[in-house]
Amino acid sequence: MTICFLATEGLVPWLAKLAQNYRVFAPRREGKAIIFRPWKEGDKAPVPLKATVAPKGVMFPACETLVSYKTTKDPQQLDKVSLTLKAPVKAEPTVLFGCRSCDARGFVALDKAYLGGKFKDPYYEARRNATLIITHTCDNPTPTCFCTWVNGGPASPEGSDVLMTAVQGGYVLEGISQKGNDLLAGSGLPDGSDKLNEARALRTEAAKRVTPRKDLSKAAERLKARFTDMDFWIAQTAKCLSCGACTFMCPTCQCFNITDEGDPASEQGGQRLRSWDYCMSPMFTREASGHNPRMVKAARMRNRVSHKYWYSTEYSPDGRFSCTGCGRCIAQCPVSLDIREIVVKAIEE
Amino acid sequence: MSVLTGKELRIVGFLCNWCSYGGADTAGVARATQPTDLRIIRVPCSGRVNPLFPLKALLSGADGVLVSGCHPRDCHYSAGNFYARRRLELLKEFLPIIGINPDRFEYTWVSASEGQRWQQVVTAFTDRIHKLGPAPRFKDAEPIYDLPGALTSLVRPLDCGGNPALDELKQQIRDALADGHLHCVVGWQQGYDPIHATPLHMRKPEDVDRLIWGPFNIHSTANMITQLIKEAQDAAMVGVKRGDPIPPAKKVGVVVKGCDSKGLVELLQEKLIDRNAVEIFAMGCNGTVSTDRILAKIGNTAARVSAVSGKGDTLTVTADGTEYTMSMNDIAQDKCRACKMPSAKVYDHFAGEPVTVAEDAVPEPAAIMAYLDSLTLDQRMGFWKGQMERCIRCHACRNACPMCVCREVCVADSREPHWVTQDDTVTNKFFFQLIHALHLAGRCTGCGECNRACPVGIPVGALKMQTGRIVQRLFDGYQPGTDADAIPPFLGYEVEEKNIPEHHIERA
Repeated sequence: MTICFLATEGLVPWLAKLAQNYRVFAPRREGKAIIFRPWKEGDKAPVPLKATVAPKGVMFPACETLVSYKTTKDPQQLDKVSLTLKAPVKAEPTVLFGCRSCDARGFVALDKAYLGGKFKDPYYEARRNATLIITHTCDNPTPTCFCTWVNGGPASPEGSDVLMTAVQGGYVLEGISQKGNDLLAGSGLPDGSDKLNEARALRTEAAKRVTPRKDLSKAAERLKARFTDMDFWIAQTAKCLSCGACTFMCPTCQCFNITDEGDPASEQGGQRLRSWDYCMSPMFTREASGHNPRMVKAARMRNRVSHKYWYSTEYSPDGRFSCTGCGRCIAQCPVSLDIREIVVKAIEE
Repeated sequence: MSVLTGKELRIVGFLCNWCSYGGADTAGVARATQPTDLRIIRVPCSGRVNPLFPLKALLSGADGVLVSGCHPRDCHYSAGNFYARRRLELLKEFLPIIGINPDRFEYTWVSASEGQRWQQVVTAFTDRIHKLGPAPRFKDAEPIYDLPGALTSLVRPLDCGGNPALDELKQQIRDALADGHLHCVVGWQQGYDPIHATPLHMRKPEDVDRLIWGPFNIHSTANMITQLIKEAQDAAMVGVKRGDPIPPAKKVGVVVKGCDSKGLVELLQEKLIDRNAVEIFAMGCNGTVSTDRILAKIGNTAARVSAVSGKGDTLTVTADGTEYTMSMNDIAQDKCRACKMPSAKVYDHFAGEPVTVAEDAVPEPAAIMAYLDSLTLDQRMGFWKGQMERCIRCHACRNACPMCVCREVCVADSREPHWVTQDDTVTNKFFFQLIHALHLAGRCTGCGECNRACPVGIPVGALKMQTGRIVQRLFDGYQPGTDADAIPPFLGYEVEEKNIPEHHIERA
């Protein structure tokens, strides 16, 4: 394990060095929001706070082209049309800098959907392999954070390549994966082993500030028993607006829609796009016939909650929740709907 | 200017079938020389021209858009162009807020016999567009990511001390629920911490105990009313057999601040809800707060708030063991700073005394509008580009809007018509905001829920405020949601419009 020390004033020059070889994503402030953006030399130091939107877009963009297609008419024989297809799977070397442990753990949950099983998603896989994740361990859990409830923590190393902890005068960088260790070994940064204890103490301190843990080990079983209890779901979701804020903020929500846009005969051709979709929308399950198996928002929220705390524990080999407790869905919900409350009520009542 | 010189610009024309298209034809038959930049789209009537047509053209790369129809009072369908006149005037005045020069859009009237006039119109308009040159494009604009943080002054003193009539209100709701004629009553309760309230659906008298009233009641209770009415109707039909008489549905109760009641009144004006389907519980509002501003005052977005108490203008917040005091002047929501209607005017129950504002009090213009007005057209385009880049299309703005009643059949989700694609370009994302703003023209009550709901803080409400300013000017200070009997301006017309000039572009 390589451990380095990065002085506070050395952060921006180090990022500038990284930016020469990588596309660097880092959080910056825009209005009231904190957003992951490409960082380039000359930019300010990234904001050391949890971003408003999880950085899952770095691996799984809000919209990406799966296939471009174009039709060309043969000028000699106009009824003869040829079709060209392009499916570019390309991923630039990328550094995701300054996400939180909950964000990094989100990628582990996404891996299950995109890399697990018989078929791997080549687009996701290429980006995942090309990306190095430098996680800024959390030093200010918010009232909506509950990472410890879902077996994470403010400094959980899972999913990260490098863990970075703010200490007096700078940061301790700790290599977690092979990729991360290699990066640090070649970084030319001074050794930081002597500060590791300080970093660990700070992490323990931060973990104490997370909202006291509730036991969710019975969540799957209790949600299963609740499945047909529609009165429960209706009561819990009465205030839901059916918007997509919770889903799109979420580091583990993985659903998408595929649409064909553009005219294949035009100069630009057509594109088959994959874009984020959200199960809170009635459109998500509406079938071509017009029938909708999840007509009411109670059924939709039941799906979201059950997926995160029940279905995922059955399909993941390690039985993990598809939730990292980042709390964005609570903090950013326009009606302050609290998913913790639903799960706890499902277990306790 | 001719096609032969290769210097044409892209001008789109929407011409009504009965007059202007005929007029263009007459000009052609008469061999009148005309510039060739115009691409004509024939429409049945100028009233068919959705303002989104010209807007879409302008955002998609048109350098100018011309709409031409029959002269007013000469519409083939009697009144199509009367409606068009109001909508197109709105559009023309709306364009500057998004950084498009309003001279790039014009509407006029040419009859089928006026071949010569058509020649003049098309020549004058093409000349004008050539003087302006190719239109600036969104993709080339310099993005502005920052937002003004300025606070406007309060139009009236705000108070966070709660309302002494809360018990009276609770009793009114309990009595109504006990009577059994209500499906539910929507209000507010405390959320996951003392500075976050959350909507409360009261179904039994004991649920009323959780009802709160105060500066954290930020959510609009009007926004789910159409869905709840539907829910009540469905509930009434349970167990009803074919041929049985349709039983009356229970009413939906709703607790309202002044702004929430405006939403209900606007829905009544548009006949989207029936007055008998709702029971309105009102109380005077002394202003609500922005939780972002409170956290900024504390200086820590991760602050753990354990208690709040309000007295007069001062809110005391206990966070992480420290007490912070702050004034409503620093933490009130923008809409409350300018609110002139803190008490509902349409209600079934009113608890306590109405809160009033001096009739002649003039609110300071919203900070965001003053800021946008101070920018050049190019900067405004850059502003929206920068802001919309972070839009994640969660549609919280739409779903939080009390006026957005289409819900499951919103054009944003439609493939036919295909107004917006799934592509997440800034113009595509922005176009949805323009649809929302124009669909709310003359309807937006200024509740600000779109702004508040936006998880990434895009000031989308400014687009609706722009329509609000135009509507006020064109229709003598008209304010949506204040008079249940008023006809919304875009659902009607005057044969002679008082504040809309006839556009004679060839003379301009």
